[in-house]
Amino acid sequence: MLKQTPLNTVHRAAGAKMVDFGGWDMPVSYGSQIEEHHAVRRDAGMFDVSHMLAVDLERGNASGDANEHANKNANKNANDGPRDFLRYALANNVDKLTVAGKALYSCLLKPDGGVLDDLIVYFLSENRFRIVVNAATADKDVAWFRSLLDEHGAKLKFTPRHDLAMIAVQGPRARERVWAVLQHLTPDAKAATEPLKPFMAAEVGEYFIARTGYTGEDGFEVTLPATDAADFWRALAAAGVKPCGLGARDTLRLEAGMNLYGQDMDETVNPLESGLAWTVDLASPRDFVGKAALLARAPTRQLTGLLLEDKGGVLRAHQKVMTRSGEGEITSGTFSPTLGASIALARLPAGVVAGEEAHVEIRGKALAARVVKPPFVRHGKSLLA
Amino acid sequence: MNVPTELKYTASHEWIRSESDGTLTIGITDHAQEALGDLVFIELPAVGRKVKAGEACAVVESVKAASDIYAPVGGEITAVNEQVVASPEMVNADAYGHWLYKLKPENAADVASLLDAAAYTAAVGED
Repeated sequence: MLKQTPLNTVHRAAGAKMVDFGGWDMPVSYGSQIEEHHAVRRDAGMFDVSHMLAVDLERGNASGDANEHANKNANKNANDGPRDFLRYALANNVDKLTVAGKALYSCLLKPDGGVLDDLIVYFLSENRFRIVVNAATADKDVAWFRSLLDEHGAKLKFTPRHDLAMIAVQGPRARERVWAVLQHLTPDAKAATEPLKPFMAAEVGEYFIARTGYTGEDGFEVTLPATDAADFWRALAAAGVKPCGLGARDTLRLEAGMNLYGQDMDETVNPLESGLAWTVDLASPRDFVGKAALLARAPTRQLTGLLLEDKGGVLRAHQKVMTRSGEGEITSGTFSPTLGASIALARLPAGVVAGEEAHVEIRGKALAARVVKPPFVRHGKSLLA
Repeated sequence: MNVPTELKYTASHEWIRSESDGTLTIGITDHAQEALGDLVFIELPAVGRKVKAGEACAVVESVKAASDIYAPVGGEITAVNEQVVASPEMVNADAYGHWLYKLKPENAADVASLLDAAAYTAAVGED
């Protein structure tokens, strides 16, 4: 039995084509996924991302049984707050979060440096942080965090928020459409969220509104009570926001050069070989899970972009890539509706540089492709020379 | 589901129209274009190529996936539709209005073994 978000009946009533995505029954498109893609680049579209899980990490009496066992760290770290714990748990450094409401993208690593998940962490106060993790990995992440809390000895309250829904509204006109809808519900929403810079969030009543996204466009990701989700979705649709499925979400994030967990990286690769070195803080003296493994071995591969130059097909995951420095493999490939060309992320030998010619094997033919540095598209514009 | 009764079909979602000159015109069904989603690339066989029944001879790719197109019967490719190569989205807009290729069957009687509209509709229902 597939899991359903609070918007499942709304998607089905709209005639969405549904697919199994990591155990969830999710809309892949409502009609043409290319039209949905263009709506986000040119105006505003919305995505049900309620399958993702928000987890609150708070100082206070640990309600969970996870911290009851005595261990060698129990006394040493008993007074640690969420920041102290996350400084150790995440590859990126939460000390970059100095202003309340600020968000940080980070990998969650295994001790061997493999990527357990990628996530966003929000700093709300020294007593409260919120983490948003991927859907397919949520159970694994929760178990990991609980065992890490136990080992670390921090007495923190760890609360998966299954009572919340998430709707991403993205595009150049996304914010104004959200404000138009919210003014009837919470009149102060615009005043509270208009000053937000990218990667900042504000809480407005029961709504958590973040200027974040997975498309390369401006917009908000709105977290709200699951019971309000259907009404909010319908109001956004009535305000001209186009419902978009996972199909458009994938072409948009790939154009924006953003990794998809499980496809571009997983437990078998480290972030330095996944285009995510910028998210790993190796400079500060702090220790974190996976640090020693990352320092022990120089990367031999890199994740980079490809643009197909020959005609003859579409770049797809697992196609073989031939370069002067050796072979690699495409991890995500698609047709870019904005560029009208096929693009991909590929894991290639470390020596390959942007601008270099490569060849991709498609149906037995070696087609020419150019190595490019992602992103491909930002704010509706091609970044390719 | 849109399945015109005057056409023949395969279980692999090609439609076939018998022309008065004895050739067959072949495309993909409305159900196929719907399942594939937005088409962005079409590769057609060389004119003059000889194909066996069930042989993969063309490729359509949507944003989501690549799919082979099969010859419904054995024969020789006599024409291909360059318009759909230039604008694959035409097939999404009208799958029966835009053919992919024409084929002269080796044995005209083979056409009788193809599915009619009712049989194709039933086959899709079992997918």
